[in-house]
Amino acid sequence: MKNRQTDKQLIKNIAITIIIFIIVESLLYGGLLSRQFRSLLIPVCINVILAVSLNLTTGFLGELTLGHAGFMSVGAYTGALVTLNMNLPMAIEFPVALFAGGIAAAIFGVIIGVPVLRLRGDYLAIVTLAFGEIIKSIINSMKITNGAMGLSGIELHANYKHFAYVFALTVITIFAIKNMVHSRQGRAVCAIRDNYIAAEAVGISVSRFKVMAFVVAAFFAGIAGVIYSHNVGTLKPTTFDYNKSIEILVIVVLGGMGSIRGSVIAAIILTVLPELLRSADEFRMLLYAIVLIVMMIFNSSQIKQRILSSEILSRLRRVKKEA
Amino acid sequence: MKKVKKIMALGLAATLTFASMTGCSSKSDTNSGSNSDSGTASGTSDETFVIGGIGPLTGDAASYGISVKQGAEIAVKEINEAGGVKVGDKTMQLELKFEDDQATADKAVTAYNTLMDGGMNVLLGCVTTGSCLAVVDLAKEDNILMLTPSGSAAEITKNDNVFRLCFTDPLQGETMAEHMITDLHYKNIAVIYKNSDEYSTGVYEAFAAKVAELGGTITTAEAFADGEDFNTQLTSIKGTDAEAIFAPIYYNDAAHVVTQAADLSITLPFFGSDGWDGILDTVTDKATVEGATFLSPFFSGEETAADFVANYEKAYNTTPDQFAADGYDGVYVFKSALEQAKTTESADLISAMTQIKVDGLTGTGISFSATGEPQKAAKFIKIENGEYAAAK
Repeated sequence: MKNRQTDKQLIKNIAITIIIFIIVESLLYGGLLSRQFRSLLIPVCINVILAVSLNLTTGFLGELTLGHAGFMSVGAYTGALVTLNMNLPMAIEFPVALFAGGIAAAIFGVIIGVPVLRLRGDYLAIVTLAFGEIIKSIINSMKITNGAMGLSGIELHANYKHFAYVFALTVITIFAIKNMVHSRQGRAVCAIRDNYIAAEAVGISVSRFKVMAFVVAAFFAGIAGVIYSHNVGTLKPTTFDYNKSIEILVIVVLGGMGSIRGSVIAAIILTVLPELLRSADEFRMLLYAIVLIVMMIFNSSQIKQRILSSEILSRLRRVKKEA
Repeated sequence: MKKVKKIMALGLAATLTFASMTGCSSKSDTNSGSNSDSGTASGTSDETFVIGGIGPLTGDAASYGISVKQGAEIAVKEINEAGGVKVGDKTMQLELKFEDDQATADKAVTAYNTLMDGGMNVLLGCVTTGSCLAVVDLAKEDNILMLTPSGSAAEITKNDNVFRLCFTDPLQGETMAEHMITDLHYKNIAVIYKNSDEYSTGVYEAFAAKVAELGGTITTAEAFADGEDFNTQLTSIKGTDAEAIFAPIYYNDAAHVVTQAADLSITLPFFGSDGWDGILDTVTDKATVEGATFLSPFFSGEETAADFVANYEKAYNTTPDQFAADGYDGVYVFKSALEQAKTTESADLISAMTQIKVDGLTGTGISFSATGEPQKAAKFIKIENGEYAAAK
């Protein structure tokens, strides 16, 4: 019984993914998408990957981290340096860059994971914030990353023309993290969040799972970084400051801690929203902030709960079931 | 519960699709519009030529983008009121569309594409270097004439469709080194620069190379990454036998540097790069910057700029800075290119760029080399009695 249900769920998820993909692709190749929205496709995917991976540490592990942009920058620079120095066809170069970027970020995830074992809550947040800044300073002072001038002329292996690959990577990320959360490891991670002492008492190795969550999140942030660098073509250390980390955190909080679907939707909204507000000119960022506040209030209010459990929706559901 | 979420998700997806659809319908509108612009040669007046602009209007660097935008707006208004631009046998009106990029590379790309949706003919931008680098290859793909008012990194003009109105970072460093050593006969110079900033590093590196070439000595080069405390760097400068301090940094950092230097009773003269423009409004005590000299393409006290300054002050209630002047000149450069090319075709406009000579606020007889660099004289500004003055 249970198996059949999960199978159904899986098929439904795959169907939704394929439908979204077909819609976007046909819009893209049918020339129906304006250039503005075309150039938003990849940033949306990047933010989805970042938000979903940050959700693993913030939402499921329950630790507030403010250094996600640091992992992203490690991946971005590693990936960019790989393609800049390899000069091979994209089919070889880009997967290598993705892999290298992800692994490099994961290694940094281990490095940050070790001191993190000793800390929780606010302390951890500050350590990760500091860690992000350290990475920025290191990149700033290294020769190979070209310091403050940054890298440019990175081949555009991940721009809108390669949307299919980026979309596939995004879907893989979502499925990987979703499956991980529902696996034995994921339940252990959630148990640590819910009751640290109880988790330890039943024999869960808290430190092991904490590091694991960090490393996985860092790996995917690194992947997002590689996509970023191959979409824009230029990299500067200042792009990855703590503002970027907070931007990702905002997406996760808006989507709901521990809700992957929420993260995906919030990432889409928060990437597209500032662009939709372009016509507001100088009030754009003000409007954006106001919309953000309203959405946050709505998200945590009774109104949303009431709407979700209201008569109309449940009736709709019934109608749908009958049909 | 889960299903509801799914419905909501689908609803959102639908809204987004709808949003992009509406986006494209406006695109096809403007496309047909611009097609008739360039396609039909028959001379009807009142056609518009769209100048796109990209720069930071919000965020940390907002003041630069806003200045460029406002300067360009003044120029567009002037030209339109004077009857527009004569392009071949027809007269065209100019229209400025300026998009915000928050000084980030990825936002610059979306801003560029938004402008292309809006039927942009030429690009005045980007204001910041990072954004320029992200956009240059796109502009090459579309073969759009691009003129950056203030992006100063050397690689920006690598493509033949890109031109620059300001000096490059290295050129600023070299000019200042020549001025300090050849004109003012300083031998020992201390430097304080921001190593997390590409502009500051770029100016410093070229400055150091030129000083060495001219036989001067850099007693110490003090770097900082961020922050507002420069006591360590300044104390170390004080301990050397430097005769002057060169600070290729932006005015907000420079304001802290000069104030703290005064506190440490350092009396050495300061020299700066064009990032110093605007420092008098930032420092609390104007005496601390007295005697400082910096390089700037534009000086609002000049006679030739009087009209522009008056119009600008009337419209925006503030004195224009060099970025405003760059924006203003940029529009006039496009105007002469249009008049020279006698057509709105991008390829002709690009080849016209190397043939024109423009008398602007940032220099008289500005011309452009095929490599995209401007040819104009540098201006030195000295702070005297708490006011900007042209340095002798």
